[in-house]
Amino acid sequence: MPGLEDLYREIILDHYRSPRNRGELPAPPARRVEGYNPLCGDEIVLYVDVDVEGEGEAGEARVADIKIGGQGCSISQSSASMMSAAVKGKTVEEARTLIRAFKAMMSIHEHRLDGEDGDGPDADGGATAPANGAKVPLGDLEALQGVVRFPVRIKCATLSWNTLQQGLDEAAPGS
Amino acid sequence: MAVLDVAVVKKDFPILDQQVHGRRLVFLDSAASAQKPQVVLDAMRHYYETTHANVHRGVYGLAEEATALYEGAREKVGRFIGARSSREVLFSKNATESINLVAHAWGRANLRAGDAVLLSEIEHHANLVPWLILKDALGLELRYLPLGDDGQLDLTHLDELLAGVKLVGVTALSNVLGTIPPVRRIADAAHAAGAVVVVDGSQYVPHVATDVEALGADFLAFTGHKMVGPTGIGVLWGREELLDAMPPFLGGGDMIRDVRLDGFVVNDLPWKFEAGTPPIAEAVGLGAAVDYLEGLGLEAVREHEIALTGYALRTLDARLGDDITIYGPSDPASRGGVLSFSYKDIHPHDISQVLDSQGVCVRAGHHCAKPLMRRLGVGATARASFYLYNDETDVDALADALSAASDLFG
Ligand SMILES: Cc1ncc(COP(=O)(O)O)c(C=O)c1O
Repeated sequence: MPGLEDLYREIILDHYRSPRNRGELPAPPARRVEGYNPLCGDEIVLYVDVDVEGEGEAGEARVADIKIGGQGCSISQSSASMMSAAVKGKTVEEARTLIRAFKAMMSIHEHRLDGEDGDGPDADGGATAPANGAKVPLGDLEALQGVVRFPVRIKCATLSWNTLQQGLDEAAPGS
Repeated sequence: MAVLDVAVVKKDFPILDQQVHGRRLVFLDSAASAQKPQVVLDAMRHYYETTHANVHRGVYGLAEEATALYEGAREKVGRFIGARSSREVLFSKNATESINLVAHAWGRANLRAGDAVLLSEIEHHANLVPWLILKDALGLELRYLPLGDDGQLDLTHLDELLAGVKLVGVTALSNVLGTIPPVRRIADAAHAAGAVVVVDGSQYVPHVATDVEALGADFLAFTGHKMVGPTGIGVLWGREELLDAMPPFLGGGDMIRDVRLDGFVVNDLPWKFEAGTPPIAEAVGLGAAVDYLEGLGLEAVREHEIALTGYALRTLDARLGDDITIYGPSDPASRGGVLSFSYKDIHPHDISQVLDSQGVCVRAGHHCAKPLMRRLGVGATARASFYLYNDETDVDALADALSAASDLFG
């Protein structure tokens, strides 16, 4: 199938067929956030449990647990599954760096217009995160690189990441 | 009756003569927008190359010719749908604007807080949102004709639902299910209850011979690009006495007879509802599209689509069996050539992506009918839709491509 093997890599199909961290968490204490792609009706319900006190040296906030519900296409579902595996146990700071790196891979670079649209990690975590997200190792997530060649599907791939970003903003504001 | 020779028709559409991803282009998304025959493209090009000037304004020859072409297109469209007079035929931007015109001009003049409007569960957003806006603005009550399990509207409680209703809005052919509601029956009952009837003919007029009197509507909205015409032009047909009594919609040039600093006098129909420079070349293209469709004969088009829809239902059932769920009525003669379906557990986006790699264009999504998607209990469907240039080889290509999707995701 011409071109499609770039999109539907084996590891993507694997995450689609056996999604990791499917389910729910009691909220509260976890945060429940919904993401929605109005174009195709894909929905994600993300539960993120942030340990705000943290056990890290500097008392950093940490993604203690994450669960994913909802429904969608192979790209949105596998991206959510890989994301959950990648951020679970990471500090919120690391998770934000990963979000930025993933979006950069999807060719989304969030620029703030002066004073406007503080949306996104650049708004708060910018000081400690690498300026160029692409340097962050993405591991399995690199398999989603092929999505960039299918522009309508980029929104599918980023749905869960935007939802996580919102969850982190709510659970650990200012981190 | 003439029979459609699809092999000949296909050749009239230059866009179909191409390869995508190394395969023949199989276009199965005409419900979203139809392709254009060479005669439409030529008419528009010829207009721009030889005749273009603004309409209704110039004294010079070109302007007169352009006006004659524009008004000639209106007459063609009027004849095509059985309008009594071209004063009843308004050009708009698309069907969406046509329905908004009714909601805004007729609705705001005639509806009051507490008035009821009856729509159906299978409407396109274009025939929902304008009324939802009015509901919020005026405090209307919206009611809905439900969808039955057989894919037809359930009219069991039609008379009760009509009690106190001032306006009924219904599609003549569902863009998701292919359902063809009995518009005449609904319109008769609505009129008996004192309501005005707006019909969304976007999917009907391009495919089924239309006569506004037989349909029983008071307003009929449709859109040029789905009937092998250009984008950027739509039509609203309305009964003259209703249009006459309505206040204008958009204000500006062309829609006035006189303007003073403290007021204005509206123009006659139909120009009263056409503010500003209209889509002139698009009207010329639409006129050519009407000529083209009339040349083939809408009866022949409809016969062809019934036969092709029947072939598709049989082929998909034979080849994919229980793996495919096709929504809507099962009898091809009581539905349009619009097949929304779910296939295995494969998401419509993935279906459409794999099909694209096979050269087959189908739509995936909610088809601007989110309430209907909820009613069906799905987030989205894939949809294949047929028109006069599709044939059995296109259906076979669809079935082949679905098998390929199954190989990848199954
Ligand atoms: C049933 C129906 N109504 C209205 C519309 C709106 O048409 P347009 O987008 O040209 O206004 C469509 C097309 O998408 C349709 O299928």
